[in-house]
Amino acid sequence: MKEVTYKVQFRNPQATELTKLEKKSLVRYIYVGTPTAEFRKQYGAETRIQLDDAFAETKEIGEYIINERSSMKESEQGLMTVSIKADKDTKMGVIADIKQELRRAYALKISYAATQRTSY
Amino acid sequence: MAKKIPQINASSMADISFLLLIFFLVTTSMDVNQGLARRLPAPIPPDQKIEDKDINKRNLLVVKINSANQLMVQGQLMDVKQLREKAKEFIKNENDNAFMPKLVEEDFGAPIGVVRYTKDHVISVQNDVDTQYQAYLEVQNELVAAYNELREECAQKYFHKAYNELDEDQQKQIQKVYPQKISEAEPKNYGN
Repeated sequence: MKEVTYKVQFRNPQATELTKLEKKSLVRYIYVGTPTAEFRKQYGAETRIQLDDAFAETKEIGEYIINERSSMKESEQGLMTVSIKADKDTKMGVIADIKQELRRAYALKISYAATQRTSY
Repeated sequence: MAKKIPQINASSMADISFLLLIFFLVTTSMDVNQGLARRLPAPIPPDQKIEDKDINKRNLLVVKINSANQLMVQGQLMDVKQLREKAKEFIKNENDNAFMPKLVEEDFGAPIGVVRYTKDHVISVQNDVDTQYQAYLEVQNELVAAYNELREECAQKYFHKAYNELDEDQQKQIQKVYPQKISEAEPKNYGN
């Protein structure tokens, strides 16, 4: 089931060495992709970032993470995982910016969302 | 005489509800929360100068991905399918090759004992700004796979069990023999 309504569309990349995200309450998501058809007029077809249910700029990630973390139990704050759900055709420049932003906010546990690859 | 109440034939209701249940089970898309788990390095304080860590050249495996998603390992063009073997060879360095990481002897405690391992090896992944995310993830995936395979081998050899069946301490022991050292540089432009 979806956590939020997607405003960006993304196709998961594929990988084999996947691990399941354990506690859902400790996971926050960053969606990266092109805006869906209804938002394309307003936001264009460039890659955008979605936090919760709104579009966001890369700069806003740090603040978002810090806010989300402070809403967690203190004992669990260190276990927060950020799942990056990005389209497989995203340029690495965008991902690298997100990673830098996450590092700055001390959200070091990350997971690149992907689907299991069955064959090459 | 009591009035006869007409009854509805409900014998097929169970079948119908069962069919409905299966229909919704199949059509509901469950978003599986799977992913490649990684750990980012801690941020560098702004006042601290970025110093080039002096890593011995033989301890370094450089993996570059350019904007056309081509892979270059130690200056050689390579297919991503070969990367796993190459990485394993590099991490193990069984034959003490002078171009591969230095072997250090260390005691890891029973039952592993004294083993020679490549303590200071580093795999450096460098990508272009225009590299495709899928290509980057494939490289990361192959490197993680290389470590996983080595750890699995180690678990089978010393504990005669699968790695994920071991308890936490035993897993930590193996992780010490094969420490995951994947470093990522800041993205740069490597031509087109």
